[in-house]
Amino acid sequence: MSALFTEAFLTALILGAVTAGLPLMLAGLGEQISEKAGVLNIGLEGMMLIGAYGGFLVAYGSGSIWLGFLAGAVGGAAVAAVMAVLCVGLGLNQIVIGIALTLGAEGMTALQHHFQFAQSYPRLPAVPTLPIPGLSSLPVIGPALFDRPAIVYLAVAAVAVTSWVFRRTHLGLALQAAGDKPAALDAAGVGVVAIRSAAVLTAGALAGLGGAFMSEVGAGIFVPFMTNGAGFIGIVLAMLARGHPLWLLCGAVLFGACLSITTALQVAGVDIPTDVIQMLPFATVLLILILFGRRAALPPALGVHYVRGAR
Amino acid sequence: MTLETADSPPISPTALRPALRRHLHLIATTVVPLVAALALSGLILALLGVDPLAYYGWVVQRGLLSPSGLEATATRMAPLLLIAASLIVAFRAGIWNLGGDGQFLLAAVIVAAAAPALSGHLPNWAVLSCCLILGAAVGAAWSVVPALLKAWQNVNEIITTLMMTFLGVSLANVLVKLAFLDPRTTVPQTRTLAVADRLPRLFETTVSSGLLIGLVAIVLVHLIMTRTAFGLKLRIVGANPRAALHAGLPVPRLTVAVFAISAALAGLAGAVEIVGVQGNVRADWNPAYGLTVVPLVFLARFNGFASIAFVFLFSVLSIGGESAARRLGVPNHFTLVVVAILLIMLGITEHLDQRRRAAGR
Repeated sequence: MSALFTEAFLTALILGAVTAGLPLMLAGLGEQISEKAGVLNIGLEGMMLIGAYGGFLVAYGSGSIWLGFLAGAVGGAAVAAVMAVLCVGLGLNQIVIGIALTLGAEGMTALQHHFQFAQSYPRLPAVPTLPIPGLSSLPVIGPALFDRPAIVYLAVAAVAVTSWVFRRTHLGLALQAAGDKPAALDAAGVGVVAIRSAAVLTAGALAGLGGAFMSEVGAGIFVPFMTNGAGFIGIVLAMLARGHPLWLLCGAVLFGACLSITTALQVAGVDIPTDVIQMLPFATVLLILILFGRRAALPPALGVHYVRGAR
Repeated sequence: MTLETADSPPISPTALRPALRRHLHLIATTVVPLVAALALSGLILALLGVDPLAYYGWVVQRGLLSPSGLEATATRMAPLLLIAASLIVAFRAGIWNLGGDGQFLLAAVIVAAAAPALSGHLPNWAVLSCCLILGAAVGAAWSVVPALLKAWQNVNEIITTLMMTFLGVSLANVLVKLAFLDPRTTVPQTRTLAVADRLPRLFETTVSSGLLIGLVAIVLVHLIMTRTAFGLKLRIVGANPRAALHAGLPVPRLTVAVFAISAALAGLAGAVEIVGVQGNVRADWNPAYGLTVVPLVFLARFNGFASIAFVFLFSVLSIGGESAARRLGVPNHFTLVVVAILLIMLGITEHLDQRRRAAGR
């Protein structure tokens, strides 16, 4: 056991948890915003994948990781725009369109990858980190938490900002009303379609950014289907966090830790099959649900298309 | 989530004879989006530098026209039909069982381990029956946790079934790699069921009789849900659980029943795929049929017969796409793009159709 709690092991564990958890957090944050406004965004996985591909492509082509992140967010938002037009505007079934977008994104990115990179498999150089003076020299948590690429700090700040928007602003109230009682929002003179579209676009941008983080920072390479269910985990995290962005942060880090513990254990010289470890986060969540059996707190109008004047 | 589970409403009478009109309408609402989707996907192919006509020629030739292709298409339909039946039961009862892939895969792995072990000790028909029952039981068992949590704690089943799917896929891999490993092969996979011991083939073709199981299952499910008191109860629970409670229906028990039936059908799909087609499970094998069947069932409006048509269409695209991929160097993933565009086109068509009807009223 002594080998388990060395500094190297703990650093690797926390480092891995942040790297694996951050995309989940960004995707979950997007889903939370979208769900709060009443749109169940099942296309999250596809938005992440387009973000991962777009981010990698632009970062590789331009040499700038920031342009890559921007491209990832724009790519995710572009997929979300399709969803906004079809589901929020026309009122098509959110589950059908969401799955269609995920399948389409999987197919498109795999095709593009086949024609562009399947021969060469190019890699990106490691992303430079931004050490925070003072904090980064702490043992264990210094290198793991405070010597990371700048995008990590920005993502955590996004959680705080979203939390503030939810609690303290008119926009937060409007989002909540769009999910709880869209007719009331409409009567108050705020466009339901506009609020919901904005929420879906934001969700797409955040998920795309999460995908870009996966390919640019996490892996340094784009591989088809690389999100591997992260979008669906994001949906689950958003539902578990019940509208609280800060709970989401904790959940994402916990999930990230479970996903990355294999690498950390290998550092410590313990060999456990990856598949066993991969079951950890899901088993944990189920155990929590069984023990605490909490009632799900989803907005009443989630997944329901709003038609003005309809009952 | 409000969903129209009823079949399409009657069409207002006009000068045209109703039957003819209905046929024209059906053609317009299925063929038009199909052509539009193929045209759009063709555009993407052309942009990638592949001749779309050659590609579609291969798909039709290999998925539909050539005897061996059509047989492969029919065989592919078997597990998809069972999964569609599984989803129809759940969705009509308002339960979002998105855990089909976990239930499918875990049942497949356990059946793959049991079948070669049983064969030799029991007559072939008994082995196959045991395997089908075992698959259904494993599928149902994998839904116990979401079912109980939903029935008595009202925990959102989308969360729990997705969790169980991720858990099930990993567990299936662990079982293949650690427990049921065939010692005679170098790649991790389960022992193989001899071709002669698999589900019998239909007549003189290579079509697995799993297709019959799938067809019977989906028609039965459709009739149970639309024509029986039990189905009506489930639909009431789906439409309004609180009203169902007030009407004196045992909602928790019905919920558990829905989960059990739905997951058993998904497990049966896994069993049919193994004893009918694959014969074994390789490590990391996961066809992920569940996710592709979900939108098909939605487009069919949870109607069993319409689901058969959509599953057939998807099978043609997927089998044809596999051979076209080999011939023209377009990865198989292109089928995903076609299906995605087709789903969106069908959705838009349905929307326009509803609006036209609403305007005509």
